[in-house]
Amino acid sequence: MNITVRSVTPDATALKLQAAKLRGRVIEMSHAAQAAHLASALSCCDVVTAAYWHVLNVDPQNPKDPDRDRFILSKGHAAAALYAALAFKGYYPLDVLETYCQDGGKLAEHPPANLLPGVEAATGSLGHGLPIGCGMALSGRIKGQKFRVFALLSDGENNEGSVWEAAMFAAAQKLENVCVIVDYNKWQATARSNETLMLAPLRDKWAAFGWDAVETDGHDIGKLAELMQNVPNGSGKPVAIIAHTVKGKGVSFMEDDNNWHYRAPTAEEVKTAHRELGLVS
Amino acid sequence: MRNAFADELTKLGNEDSRVVMLSGDIGNRLFDKFRGAHPSRFFNCGVAEQNMMGVASGMAMSGLRPVVYTITPFVTTRCLEQIRTDACYHEAPVMIVAVGAGLAYAGLGPTHHACEDISLLRSLPNMIVVAPGDAWEVRGAMRAALKQDKPVYIRMGKKGEPVVHKGVPADFALGKALKVEDGNDVCLLSTGNMLPEAIEAAHRLKEKNISARVMSFHTVKPLDTACLEEAFSRFKLVATIEEHSLIGGLGSAVSEWVIDRAVKPSLFLRFGTPDAFFKMSGEQEFAREQLGLTGHQMAEKIEHTLA
Repeated sequence: MNITVRSVTPDATALKLQAAKLRGRVIEMSHAAQAAHLASALSCCDVVTAAYWHVLNVDPQNPKDPDRDRFILSKGHAAAALYAALAFKGYYPLDVLETYCQDGGKLAEHPPANLLPGVEAATGSLGHGLPIGCGMALSGRIKGQKFRVFALLSDGENNEGSVWEAAMFAAAQKLENVCVIVDYNKWQATARSNETLMLAPLRDKWAAFGWDAVETDGHDIGKLAELMQNVPNGSGKPVAIIAHTVKGKGVSFMEDDNNWHYRAPTAEEVKTAHRELGLVS
Repeated sequence: MRNAFADELTKLGNEDSRVVMLSGDIGNRLFDKFRGAHPSRFFNCGVAEQNMMGVASGMAMSGLRPVVYTITPFVTTRCLEQIRTDACYHEAPVMIVAVGAGLAYAGLGPTHHACEDISLLRSLPNMIVVAPGDAWEVRGAMRAALKQDKPVYIRMGKKGEPVVHKGVPADFALGKALKVEDGNDVCLLSTGNMLPEAIEAAHRLKEKNISARVMSFHTVKPLDTACLEEAFSRFKLVATIEEHSLIGGLGSAVSEWVIDRAVKPSLFLRFGTPDAFFKMSGEQEFAREQLGLTGHQMAEKIEHTLA
């Protein structure tokens, strides 16, 4: 596969529509499976959409292409967003999503290893995705490949020491093809992030660790697509995008309400959510 | 063992461009040759073992054959979850090489002892656990590990141990114990750097007219069940010997096999370290003596058991 240099400006309108569809599907999945982590998945749907519908150089028909860009959902608890995106992109049929969290299926609450096309790494234990991603990036460097590695981290995940081990390592190795996106929704499982372990000032922390760190609105999908597409950005450093987000984004009664870290919606709530997302009139 | 490891690594690096070396900021000058020949494939990952194991797994998932090396507790227990989830769960062919296993670094104190690693790593799915008996077995284990498509743990002593073999044994294979000395009365199953003590025990027993077979039982997982079948059917006494806790090591593995097979047990002794930290200062020989793990002490216990 040849690396396509995309200079096209992201079509923000089309991406927004796609992100809404992704959210709608994730909400259906959470309802059907009565599965947790819905708000965490909604929080990062714009990042995931920007990645799969604009940034990543991947071919769903050839998911093991050695030259593909890698997208690692290091915040594995948002698996529903990844599963739905991969299905929409054609890695596997859409009806596979109906097996999410069902007995005997392949779509567990956290992404599996060596089981589902398009899933680059089994995540769910936090703080693993970035070290693995650095290994993949170094492998590319050793073999003379140009692919990029994107790792999507939660803000709570920044509690893990291994994240900062990897941050220092990537900077020392000048892994400019590595990009971290932090889904900074200000909540972790049971409390406000900054009242749990002090992350702020998060951009400054990543910058101090040797990264080219920027802050952005994590729901400005056009901007996200642009920043991610620009990796490597010429700074010679790995890139950290601190994406300010809202947990439960897209559904008024879920936004910034941390009960939806664990709650699953009723059928009625799914309908309301779909209306709010503009998926039904 | 350590120098054999570094030398063999250089050879493997020359032969196979997939071989990548990751060190946890130890081995000053040990890897100069590898590094000189393959600067792009050597990484000092610093004192950050969780990241090192994750990086190695990511490399292995991308077709490389990383070798991860540091002192035993730091390359096993410190990053156990990365070994489990990143390497084992993904079946990523990471070669984990530990130096100073057991009480090899007794003098450094319990922070640097490693008598739990076999137990912990043996329980991880997809993991192969090897404790070579001498420097030649280290070389054999490394070559065999490179042919595996899953993670392999190689548990080494330090440097300057007695060399038992005259070269890499021709029949060296993972999961197949090596006969080092033959005998008829007792069968000593030794794993790792205890091999010279096992041989010493056999020599002491010979003086008492007890004939001992000594097996270098280098692979603790998978178990050489053919060897065990023979040991428990032919010998009056079988003993496992390891510089590792009696909880979960070779002795435990063999006990599990005995129970599962419901074989009529021969007399069975397990030599290993107790469920305690060894807090006294002193070097490996002293520690072994204190714990009853020297050749002559084990011989006495075997003789007493047979009497």
